Amino acid sequence: MESKEIKFKLNGKIVRTEVKPYDKLLEVLRDKLGVKSPKYGCGRGECGACSVLLDGKTVRSCLIYAVEVDGHEIVSLEGLQANGLTELQKSFLKHNSFQCGFCAPGMVIQVTELLRENPHPDEEEIREYISGNLCRCTGYNPIVDAVLDVIKNK
Amino acid sequence: MKTFDLKYVGHDAVRIDGLEKITGSAKYVDDIDLGPATLYASILRSPYAHANIKKIDTSKAEAVEGVYAVVTGKDFPYRYGLYLKDNYVFPLDRVRYYGQHVAAVIAVTQEIADEAAKLIEIEYEPLPVLQNPLDSIKEDAPLIHPDLGNYEVVPWLYPQPGTNIAHVRKIRKGNVEEAFKEADFILEDWYLVPHVVHAPIETHVSAALYTPDGRLTMWNSSQSPHTQRNIIAHSFNLKHKDVRVIAPYVGGGFGGKAGVNMEVVAAACAMKVPGHPVKIRYTRKEEFYDTSMRQELHAFIKIGVKKDGTIVALKHQLYWDVGASAEYGSNVVNATGFSAIGPYRIPNVWIDSFAIYTNRPPCGAYRGFGYSEFHFGIESHMDRVAKAIGMDPVEFRKKNAIQEGDTVAYGVKMGPTGIKQCIEEVAKAIEWGTPSEQPKEPNKVRAKGFAAVWKAPAMPANESSAAFIKFNEDGSINILVSGMELGQGFLTAMAKIAAEELSLPLEKIRVELPDTDRNPYEWQTVASHVTWSCGNAVRRAAIDAKEQILNTISEAYYIEKTNLYLEDGKVKSYTKPDFEIPFEKFVIDGVQMEDGTFRGGPILGKGMFMPEFTSAKVNPETGQGGHPNVHYTTGAGAVEIEIDTETGRIKVLKMAEAFDAGKAINPDIVKQQITGGFVQGLGTALYEEVKFSEDGRILNPNFTDYKLPTALDVPREMHPIIVEVPQPDGPFGARGIAEHTMIPVMPAVANAVENALGIRIKNPPITSEKIIKALLESKK
Ligand code: FES
Ligand code: FES
Repeated sequence: MESKEIKFKLNGKIVRTEVKPYDKLLEVLRDKLGVKSPKYGCGRGECGACSVLLDGKTVRSCLIYAVEVDGHEIVSLEGLQANGLTELQKSFLKHNSFQCGFCAPGMVIQVTELLRENPHPDEEEIREYISGNLCRCTGYNPIVDAVLDVIKNK
Repeated sequence: MKTFDLKYVGHDAVRIDGLEKITGSAKYVDDIDLGPATLYASILRSPYAHANIKKIDTSKAEAVEGVYAVVTGKDFPYRYGLYLKDNYVFPLDRVRYYGQHVAAVIAVTQEIADEAAKLIEIEYEPLPVLQNPLDSIKEDAPLIHPDLGNYEVVPWLYPQPGTNIAHVRKIRKGNVEEAFKEADFILEDWYLVPHVVHAPIETHVSAALYTPDGRLTMWNSSQSPHTQRNIIAHSFNLKHKDVRVIAPYVGGGFGGKAGVNMEVVAAACAMKVPGHPVKIRYTRKEEFYDTSMRQELHAFIKIGVKKDGTIVALKHQLYWDVGASAEYGSNVVNATGFSAIGPYRIPNVWIDSFAIYTNRPPCGAYRGFGYSEFHFGIESHMDRVAKAIGMDPVEFRKKNAIQEGDTVAYGVKMGPTGIKQCIEEVAKAIEWGTPSEQPKEPNKVRAKGFAAVWKAPAMPANESSAAFIKFNEDGSINILVSGMELGQGFLTAMAKIAAEELSLPLEKIRVELPDTDRNPYEWQTVASHVTWSCGNAVRRAAIDAKEQILNTISEAYYIEKTNLYLEDGKVKSYTKPDFEIPFEKFVIDGVQMEDGTFRGGPILGKGMFMPEFTSAKVNPETGQGGHPNVHYTTGAGAVEIEIDTETGRIKVLKMAEAFDAGKAINPDIVKQQITGGFVQGLGTALYEEVKFSEDGRILNPNFTDYKLPTALDVPREMHPIIVEVPQPDGPFGARGIAEHTMIPVMPAVANAVENALGIRIKNPPITSEKIIKALLESKK
């Protein structure tokens, strides 16, 4: 199939790359552009490990085609922390919120979006917001605790 | 002499892998780029659960432009296995489960490989499909492994040629028949625990490069780099020194990445295309079909008690569905056979634990190693028996709880245990004895449920761990071990053990992930044993390094060794308060003497640990005479649930779990193991079950149809509790607790359901559907 060149803003820089119509954003980010924080966990939008921000909104990069981001902006964990750890990351670190760490990049992205939309969510809102991000290790409560801690200190 | 309080061990700290993980810098196998020579593999899978392979024609696939090679069974006609060599690299003449890998195409792009794989022509002759172990053991059942008698096996497993039984572990202690006659009350029943999957969020990934000089390098998402090197070297006739397994971070293992499975496929592919790395990342669907899953258990339990609550006898027959291969799962069957009495003092015991083949995917290690499955029945039974004789279930457990000095089922004395404290702490935290406050809605009922558990690490008698500690110029150290960081906090625990012995701040310590070329031996990161076993090795390596440090300083400064000690990265002296030499002054370059010569040199500690009291040699008919387990970790758990009787939905409101960690190296991480393991157990209690069609296909190989707990499903109130009765041979008294944390959950929930509604569910998961059906049934 024909390749097409797309151009988009990735973590603050303009990038151009050739993609096939069926290439998923996740594979293009990981394999062509070397952005490795989004992870493959299911390829079906069920786990959230591949989450990135598309024009500020979280998307599952395993579900959208790379051609769809032509002319848009993508931010991954690499871009979020360009100026050092965010308060959220510091809190996750302090609370030892992750074990294997595989869900961490997606979780950070998801909660970052939440806190931008709603700076003071309550516990149930946090749980609801991250309920599409699966974590097999932590039992979630250390993640929720870390988010509550950031909100408290805001 | 100065006495020291523990400075690092037993105190909370930020995980040493925290920063890497929170910044996305942590590398997992799929994050490693292997360069432009990398090729891609597409795997062709069996459309039958059981069939003879009559013919494979790969010529059309081979002719496709961009295809480098096609691999089938005839290329590597080897069997492999950890305990029983019954698994094939690629099947030769028979497929034994749906989705089994039959051939692989290696091509320059994934698309070409996928397209070419469709051109492989295979002729199958379908065979009868067995999906229930109770059918597999019938006299006239077709044989899944007709050659079982010729398979290589470790001496302590007993395959039964001419049947579908891969192993049977028997325990005979006392005389159960006589004891049942004297019992005041006897209860017998069956329980069924279905297959579940590990579901680590990272699927299996393996990359391999074989070079023409005969060197095989692999990057595996693995709990067992040395065991993989061993099996792969044997399977492919390579020298161990030429096989290198590098294991970066693992995105969850839970036993699924123990031993070897799809890594042999990657190795086989790489060996067909020398000079080209081949990377295989399983899709989620492949992860369900072709890695390993938890065994299904059909258990018959008969318990006899006296009126006063004393357990007099147990008969426990465990029929395990190990799937199409028992290469690893046979040891789950073996280990549980020895321990299927639960944490109780029982004088008369009869256990038969059978590993039975079916045409389901191969099963193997899964967090808990069979103990979750058999505790479901045992702990359901304990509640039922206690209630039948009018005793409180918690009192009943306390009365029968095994104590130090009691004999376990295979005749060995029980070691130190905090089981009673665990039961008491959990009872306190869940407010056992105080009835649940009932909600106002008439359709909601609340109740509590309890369970007690134990588990021993299941290992060969000579499992071992080794460690090196290398000092650097600035006085920092790198610890080389081959235990794996699976998320359980292994790296942090090892760093703390070394920090304590060397009195070296954690910031000065790195612990390196396994690379079999560089890091010393570790059997596997399984069985919740690395804190104990590798921890001992690291501690010994640190003591070895400390000895070298003290020798150097003693010799160079003419101070008696016994007058020297280490503190905060310096050598100090009891007798000379001003004396202090920081490590960085000498750990590489040595100490310069007045005449200009030097003493000392690079400090390099080494340590090894192997338990020398264990033995797998037992009488096969009775299970007596050996010492198969190193120790038991005990614990207890309880839940408070709310059931909606209109929808059947169960919400767990509150949980408490306590485990005897001996000594928690990092209490914070231990508590998080408890909450995390509880939630994994909660999945198996409420939702998780692999469903099969009649022809052996998996009906729910994805996270929409196979539900994992989410942040909304977990109890808002969790009480993880640490009990510390030291393990005499553990580092600082520590023993493992990681797997144990999911064991109490299924029975505790089932017991709570009975306490709420008076219905007894004997086959988890306890879904809404089962609750509603049972309620309708009970109203009839
Ligand atoms: S990989 Fe995209 S949601 Fe799971
Ligand atoms: S920390 Fe392992 S999946 Fe979340």
